[in-house]
Amino acid sequence: MDFTTLNFEPFLLSFKLAGITTLILFIIALPISWWLSQTKCRCKPFIEAIVSLPIVLPPSVIGFYILYALSYNSPIGAFFEETFGITLVFNFTGLVIASVFYSFPFMVQPLQGGFESLNKNMLEASYIAGKSKFQTLLRVALPNIKPALITAMIVTFAHTVGEFGVVLMVGGSIPGETKVASVAIYEFVEVMDYDQAHIYSGIMLLLSFTVLLGVYLFNQRHKRRIGVSS
Amino acid sequence: MIKINITKTLQGSAGTMNLDVNISIKEHEFVALSGKSGSGKTTLLRILAGLEKAKGTINVNGELWQNSAKVLAPQKRGIGFVFQDYALFPNMSVEQNLLYVRKDKVLAQHLLEMTDLTTLKERLPSTLSGGQRQRVSLCRALMNRPKLLLMDEPLSALDPAMRTKLQQDILKLHHEFGTTTIMVSHDPSEIYRLAERVIVLEHGKVVQDGTPKEVLLQTQGSQKFSLTGELLDIIKADVIHIAIVAIGQQIVEVVLDEAEAKTFKIGEHVQVSTKAFAPSLHPL
Repeated sequence: MDFTTLNFEPFLLSFKLAGITTLILFIIALPISWWLSQTKCRCKPFIEAIVSLPIVLPPSVIGFYILYALSYNSPIGAFFEETFGITLVFNFTGLVIASVFYSFPFMVQPLQGGFESLNKNMLEASYIAGKSKFQTLLRVALPNIKPALITAMIVTFAHTVGEFGVVLMVGGSIPGETKVASVAIYEFVEVMDYDQAHIYSGIMLLLSFTVLLGVYLFNQRHKRRIGVSS
Repeated sequence: MIKINITKTLQGSAGTMNLDVNISIKEHEFVALSGKSGSGKTTLLRILAGLEKAKGTINVNGELWQNSAKVLAPQKRGIGFVFQDYALFPNMSVEQNLLYVRKDKVLAQHLLEMTDLTTLKERLPSTLSGGQRQRVSLCRALMNRPKLLLMDEPLSALDPAMRTKLQQDILKLHHEFGTTTIMVSHDPSEIYRLAERVIVLEHGKVVQDGTPKEVLLQTQGSQKFSLTGELLDIIKADVIHIAIVAIGQQIVEVVLDEAEAKTFKIGEHVQVSTKAFAPSLHPL
């Protein structure tokens, strides 16, 4: 194996994409998951079904719809192109948009589960203390779902690093722009460069395992420290 | 003066039930709310706190908390609420739990001193005992200097010794802060010690309302001594029968004759009373 010619750009791109996606998703998913956990609205199952769609849909289907929606042929794509002069497909921006859709349930579900497991009386105690729902979310709810929060962030990050189908359809494989690690590995295999494919895959495997181990270690310690109940 | 006139349809384990309560409570009064589980006590408390919706009006010292047109949010009622399961914020220390309600270090310090918690103020709730947690919860409920303090079976999860200590704390704080206090309780000794008035709910309606002595003392007519309990067993011993009755935490025996023994069913609630002999009292 030849490590000297190893190009780390696809990895950096993968992590940059995952980092930005995780950040955006946290901001979007926080109010949605909080609302889902507290609402008694009959529309809840419909919203939950829509949120979870990316888990069951083949990545090629998501990729196809996003590609279609963002391309110059659709009103959305045309609007961005004409108003801001931004092209949304086959570049990094398109990848971020696609990843946000693709990883959406991986952020919402753990957060919603965390919020739902909170002691309802505790939240009510905060309301009675005169605090608004927003204050309660930031100062009581969020600090008390740390394991769920960490899980949501890490799983979203890891899932985005691991995406392949959507990236390929919306971003293609432009070096330094849309050629992320998973796409690079696919291309190595395609040209039968198994040495490079091994190195890239090995690095991905090691990183993924380390990240997951970290999450589970943290959750175990947190449970011991804070106690199962209040 | 607190005027409550509310109705609400509840889905209980025994089908639907109509909570229908029309009562007035004087300022600074200590009221115990009693009754079997499922009688609507907790719901009434939650409606007062604004945590549940109901039809009707609530008027507190001239301030309208709810009528058909508006419902005041729990945030705006300025009440204190003590939950059975404490409901402390696990991410905050004892002192932070209090200061979250109001940034008033002097008041927090004072409350912690009154309840002997000063040395524990840096601790997280998960490291405290049940009694300590409930004292923190009580202090937290008073940080807003509430006019109305609501407590939902605050002591039911604690052992008897801890209960007595907390009963003293509750009474002390009730007097010092001049709150109107409504406490849900099943424990007659607790009610007798703390409350000036007992309201008993049954199937959502007020069935008894008076002083603890009037409501709790179960003797009737010429009876001198009377206790209620559950009939656990009837044992035949030669010509007599012995009924085993559980009264509170104690088990007693009562002698029955054959005819009497046939009229009782095991598991039913019975009254043990005596007229002719005065019971005697000994210190333990």
